[in-house]
Amino acid sequence: MAQSGYERSQQVNGWLFVLPALILLGIFMIYPIIWSLWMSFQVGRGMNFSFGGFTNIMRLTQDPVFLRALSNTLIFLAIQVPIMLILALLFANALNDSKLWGRSWFRTAIFLPCVTSLVAYSVVFRSMFAQDGIMNEMLMALQIIDNPIPWLADPFWAKVVIISAITWRWTGYNMIFYLAAMQNIDRSIYEAAKIDGVPAWARFWYITVPMLKPVILFTTVISTIGTLQLFDEPNLITNQGGPSDATLTLSLYIYNLSFRFMPSFGYAATVSYVIVVLVGILTLIQFLVARDRRA
Amino acid sequence: MSNPIALIGRAATYLLLLLAAFISVFPFFWMAVGATNTSADILKGKATPGGALWANMVNFFSSVDMPRILFNSFFIAGVGTALTLLVSSLAGYGFEMFRSRFRERIFGSLLLMLSIPFAALMIPLFIMMANLKLINTYQAIILPTIASIFIVFYFRQATKAFPHELRDAARIDGLKEWQIFFWVYMPVMRSTYAAATIIVFMANWNNYLWPLIVLQTNEMKTLTLVVAGLTSAYTPDWGVVMVGAIFATLPTLIIFFLLQRRFVEGMLGAVK
Repeated sequence: MAQSGYERSQQVNGWLFVLPALILLGIFMIYPIIWSLWMSFQVGRGMNFSFGGFTNIMRLTQDPVFLRALSNTLIFLAIQVPIMLILALLFANALNDSKLWGRSWFRTAIFLPCVTSLVAYSVVFRSMFAQDGIMNEMLMALQIIDNPIPWLADPFWAKVVIISAITWRWTGYNMIFYLAAMQNIDRSIYEAAKIDGVPAWARFWYITVPMLKPVILFTTVISTIGTLQLFDEPNLITNQGGPSDATLTLSLYIYNLSFRFMPSFGYAATVSYVIVVLVGILTLIQFLVARDRRA
Repeated sequence: MSNPIALIGRAATYLLLLLAAFISVFPFFWMAVGATNTSADILKGKATPGGALWANMVNFFSSVDMPRILFNSFFIAGVGTALTLLVSSLAGYGFEMFRSRFRERIFGSLLLMLSIPFAALMIPLFIMMANLKLINTYQAIILPTIASIFIVFYFRQATKAFPHELRDAARIDGLKEWQIFFWVYMPVMRSTYAAATIIVFMANWNNYLWPLIVLQTNEMKTLTLVVAGLTSAYTPDWGVVMVGAIFATLPTLIIFFLLQRRFVEGMLGAVK
């Protein structure tokens, strides 16, 4: 009897500790996510809703602005995430050498961009990529280009700017994860491989990379989720997704639909569920691929 | 081992790292130098210090009610961080110390919720806040951020290292469970709290999209919103923008240099 009384009080205590967080998550996460699913089947402007069935989903397929935002977001994802993660891996691998001179200086420098706020770095980048700005000046001084590049006025170069900016901001962040994981790999594996005459690139490719698989998966998933929600940079660096929607992302379009134009919350909610579905599918694929390779 | 190929490899490594370090640090330099230059000079790519620092500062402080804006930013980030740490560490502790099959299942489903994009929450949250008449208030910004799944995870992981003997001894001494949490657990885990404080404070300080939606009048705006707003003028004064960007970066930069190790620990924390 005493035992069951103790167990009951343990149960009660367990709930009391987790309840505040669960209630808040219920109100501010679970309820809204269900609400926006319901909303995505509603049509109307402002706060006047009526049930529209699949109207919004049909509208998606014929909405050129949505298709533009979707393809921009996927382009950013497909190009930016691999470039960033490969760079982060290379830097981490170089910095994992304890004999490297200036190691902690390099590490601090490459990590430094993570300390900035997205807004602050975005406005700074916008000024760097001005038509007669410092980027063009440096590239012309180095004779990499002959004429200034219209960074923010050209649809292609505007995408390049956004990709460079995100890569600048997040490479060091991912590098830190790789470095921490590399330091947990047993040094003797490398020593043995070295004695057997395995070259450095092969040690990296056949020992380091497989050992880091869980971290690589983790960083891929969080980078994917982050890039699918890209908002701050295209809103600020390329001035609300310009030029002519070349850097418009799904999040930016949702914001425009809900808060910049006459609000159509139902349709905006449908677009937001496109992100939910994409995040779900891509995360699932990444987990399956990682599990497959392990087997 | 100093064969030519190894030497070339080593030189290439340093070259790569030097280039990466230069690119990483240059925008900071550009921001600092920009604050001393006129808007026209910034747009012309002038990368040497100029004489416009005073003028830029004067223009910044005359166009921005800085004491009020700083108060908004620090209040939202400070109160938000304190509440997040309290609620999320209570939950992390609860999930780890009091196990039940049902709660384990809930914990598992939190993992799935971690990937819910904010874009899918912002419209319902906005309507909810409008219905509660909370638009343009501090509460509207703080409330949705308090329960952080990421921080719950972080504290559950860290709690695994909390010595159970301490809890058992406290129980024998007759302490209630909540007393054990506040009087034993919190002081023992202060370095975990420090690391979590850094990441949560930084996330709150830098938050842009949600405050942009909810905070609508100038006297409620945070520094992040003000800096973003400075660039939306038809012809922004870039010298003033740079001054604002420096103020927005400074708090997190200072925290980083004072507590570098904790800072990195905090970022790595939830996945260990």
